[in-house]
Amino acid sequence: MKIDCKHVWSQVSEYIDGRVMQEEREAIERHLANCRHCSAVMDSTRNILVLVGDARTFEVPVGFGERLHKRLQQSMDVPEPDE
Amino acid sequence: MQGFGVSINTEMNARIVNGDDWERNAAAAETSAREASVIARILGGERELFHELIRPYERGLYVAANSILQNEADAEDVAQESVIKAYKGLKSFRGDAKFSTWLMAITLNEARSRLRQTKGDQLDSLDDCAEDRGDYTPSVLADWRYIPSEQLERKELRQALQEAMARISPEQREVLILRDVQGMSITETAKATGLNEGLVKVRLFRARLSMQKLLVPQLALKQRGLMGWLTRKAGGR
Repeated sequence: MKIDCKHVWSQVSEYIDGRVMQEEREAIERHLANCRHCSAVMDSTRNILVLVGDARTFEVPVGFGERLHKRLQQSMDVPEPDE
Repeated sequence: MQGFGVSINTEMNARIVNGDDWERNAAAAETSAREASVIARILGGERELFHELIRPYERGLYVAANSILQNEADAEDVAQESVIKAYKGLKSFRGDAKFSTWLMAITLNEARSRLRQTKGDQLDSLDDCAEDRGDYTPSVLADWRYIPSEQLERKELRQALQEAMARISPEQREVLILRDVQGMSITETAKATGLNEGLVKVRLFRARLSMQKLLVPQLALKQRGLMGWLTRKAGGR
């Protein structure tokens, strides 16, 4: 199986998720070993996703948890009509 | 020649090598069983336990709501409303999906509904419903120096990531947040969003490549700046 750069780009997401079939995965890996551009695309995409997934990237406002539980408690303290 | 191999980060590697491996499934099954028991106790009258039930997910609800609304105050309000709605509707939770997926689905619906109230119906545009990957080209460069997570201590890096996230479409952002920030599987993401799995994969592909395309040029510049800083620091010793 021979693939080109465009094919590799179209499979970046599936490859990162480990969702490509073995034959295609091996073809992608052979391509990556010889193509510094696609290797950099794969590395940078993976790197960016690790950074995006880090808890420090998207922080919640200070006091968010306290305010949420306070409002929830207030709602829980109001009896439902059928209670 | 060195440096052409794929440098695999441990966290992503675990995802690649194992996928939905049995350890994750076993842990998820254990969590579901524990939550089912807590839910039964809440419905039996131990209402206060609901606070503990939602605690692991509350941060994720805010981040998901904010990914749609792009407004911190509205996102916080939606997260609160969703939790209250989940509490009031707990009897209707049947356990077909994970509790966390059910809770997230409520939050996404609330956030979409709030967005429609404020900005009109901008979601689910016809263009993005096509299950076609289109001609998405990444930012192609000759080399990439790995940016370690420790660099997130730098505000400018966090800001760059947040700004890029704000620039991709709401449909892509929603899926990216659930999959890559909340760590949901494709199936869970589909259940939470109400999309089919094929469309989730297409939106995820577009979202990931869009982020790469937006961020690589500026992060590559920052990398050079950082390398220059490190070189100067080493030279100054």
